[in-house]
Amino acid sequence: MYVRHLQVSDFRSWERADLAFEPGVSVLVGPNGQGKTNLVEALGYVATLGSHRVATDLPLIRHGSPRAVVRTAVVNDGRELLVELEITAGKANRARVNRGPVPRPRDVLGILRTVLFAPEDLALVRGDPGERRRFLDDMLVARAPRYAGVRSDYERVLKQRGALLKTAGAARRAGRSGDISTLDVWDGHLAKHGAELLAARLDLVADIAPHVAASYAEVAPESRPARIGYRSSLGESQPEGFGRPDGPRADREALEAAMLTELHRVRPQEIDRGVCLVGPHRDELELALGELPAKGYASHGESWSFALALRLGGYELLRGDGAEPVLVLDDVFAELDRGRRRQLAKVAAAAEQVLITAAVAEDVPEELDGARFEVRHGEVHSA
Amino acid sequence: MYEGPVQDLIDELGRLPGVGPKSAQRIAFHLLAAEPADIGRLQDALQKVKEGVVFCDVCGNVSAETTCRICRDTRRDVTLICVVEEPKDVLAVERTREFKGRYHVLGGALDPLSGVGPDQLRIRQLLQRIGNQVDGKDVAEIIIATDPNTEGEATATYLVRMLRDFPGLTVTRLASGLPMGGDLEFADELTLGRAMSGRRVV
Ligand SMILES: Nc1ncnc2c1ncn2[C@@H]1O[C@H](COP(=O)(O)OP(=O)(O)OP(=O)(O)O)[C@@H](O)[C@H]1O
Ligand SMILES: [Mg+2]
Ligand SMILES: [Zn+2]
Repeated sequence: MYVRHLQVSDFRSWERADLAFEPGVSVLVGPNGQGKTNLVEALGYVATLGSHRVATDLPLIRHGSPRAVVRTAVVNDGRELLVELEITAGKANRARVNRGPVPRPRDVLGILRTVLFAPEDLALVRGDPGERRRFLDDMLVARAPRYAGVRSDYERVLKQRGALLKTAGAARRAGRSGDISTLDVWDGHLAKHGAELLAARLDLVADIAPHVAASYAEVAPESRPARIGYRSSLGESQPEGFGRPDGPRADREALEAAMLTELHRVRPQEIDRGVCLVGPHRDELELALGELPAKGYASHGESWSFALALRLGGYELLRGDGAEPVLVLDDVFAELDRGRRRQLAKVAAAAEQVLITAAVAEDVPEELDGARFEVRHGEVHSA
Repeated sequence: MYEGPVQDLIDELGRLPGVGPKSAQRIAFHLLAAEPADIGRLQDALQKVKEGVVFCDVCGNVSAETTCRICRDTRRDVTLICVVEEPKDVLAVERTREFKGRYHVLGGALDPLSGVGPDQLRIRQLLQRIGNQVDGKDVAEIIIATDPNTEGEATATYLVRMLRDFPGLTVTRLASGLPMGGDLEFADELTLGRAMSGRRVV
């Protein structure tokens, strides 16, 4: 697939911008702070309904404006779809596809698929487990948009159950009994939605692991082999083998039963502490180089390579699924040494479409020759 | 924090469903700037809603008399009870004209975030209704028509557990097809009607 057109109004620093793209390479060049990343961030938003830089929508709306609008025309298999998103802070966003409103913004997920690699991705390796869970969940949604619903259902149940545990815990500490007659109900729903998310993540890890290992070996041939593995919060209740490339596909019902068992086991602690201790919100995608965990051990360069390998692994996986995603490389060549640059350039040159941002044109490898846009003083000119 | 009556008003408004702290503030300052006549009408309406509206002593729906029109209607099937969250859901189901039984309004759904547990809902009254005969007839079927969202589903599961112990009672749930994450009130008549006729035993 490729993005044929992008138009934003009141998005980030842009009062208005209009860009026409073609398949192949497009490079956005301009000095720091001119709004290059803002433009690719807008595309990322259409693909994931989130930003790779901030957790809330407010910073995406141009300072002083009530709302931002992103419009983009995406061509997939010769069919063009126009997606329009209106982002309003603190309110539900609105979405249209081919000028017709859709019931919920999440109905646009799946129209544009992107794999975005950016300096922030170092956090995939060095950051909190939440960064890696988000990586997995974004991949799930990119592969099958319905997982956006699975994830939000799970999060809602999690919040409700957490509130119940908190009041029950507080009541207990105050010497009252506290009403937990509904806890079994919430356990059941948490296990149902949690197992669905967990099963999907395990299968995803099994599918993506070989791609990540291969990408890492190409990006950093001199380094030790990279491995990824999923550690769930189910502890000993977790059925063996799921989540490994050579293992069986994850069995949702077995996981649901395991989760219920584990919930039952930790219930006293949960009430004591007033938090949910079991479920995919506590899980970890473990990254290892050779025998050592990447986090806390990997060098700066190795960490970069690992982050890149995760993104490229995701890219290869989505490509293998069918619709080839748009590759977005935000300001990353400056961070990589020559060998890694060349590897990345090789993948990018073969992509159906790749959008690159760079402060100086010289940072972009020569083989990535293509359309060039100058971004400066709030304007875009194709060069 | 604002001083005195303004903050009191913001606090009161903030307790209303669907009103967050930001909206509460906005509404409070809107009221502060409003014409005395507008405030008077609002005051009037608030007063009347407490004095003039009663809740049906059988089903809990809003009513003009102690027992509501539907519960008084002898043509309706007393062996069939449709359980909904809010009075507005009664209207939604009525619009489908698929349902000829009676209702039970819970007054909400399980919602720990808002401090709503089973005791805050009219669940005890439902169990009592099922235990008692009406015109010599037992309640034969409970149709659970809570909203198809997280809180509604949890409430449905809880009810199913509570109702298991009644021998001979059939418990059904509206057929799926209702948009998930939704609100019964906003389902169109056709969809809700189909969900009613295609309900399944749980
Ligand atoms: N909501 C907003 N309203 C107005 N301006 C914003 C908003 N959000 C970000 N900006 C401005 O956008 C600019 C950053 O844009 P962007 O990150 O796209 O730069 P860039 O061209 O990618 O720069 P670099 O080469 O340093 O990565 C900053 O000057 C910032 O102040
Ligand atoms: Mg940038
Ligand atoms: Zn009544």
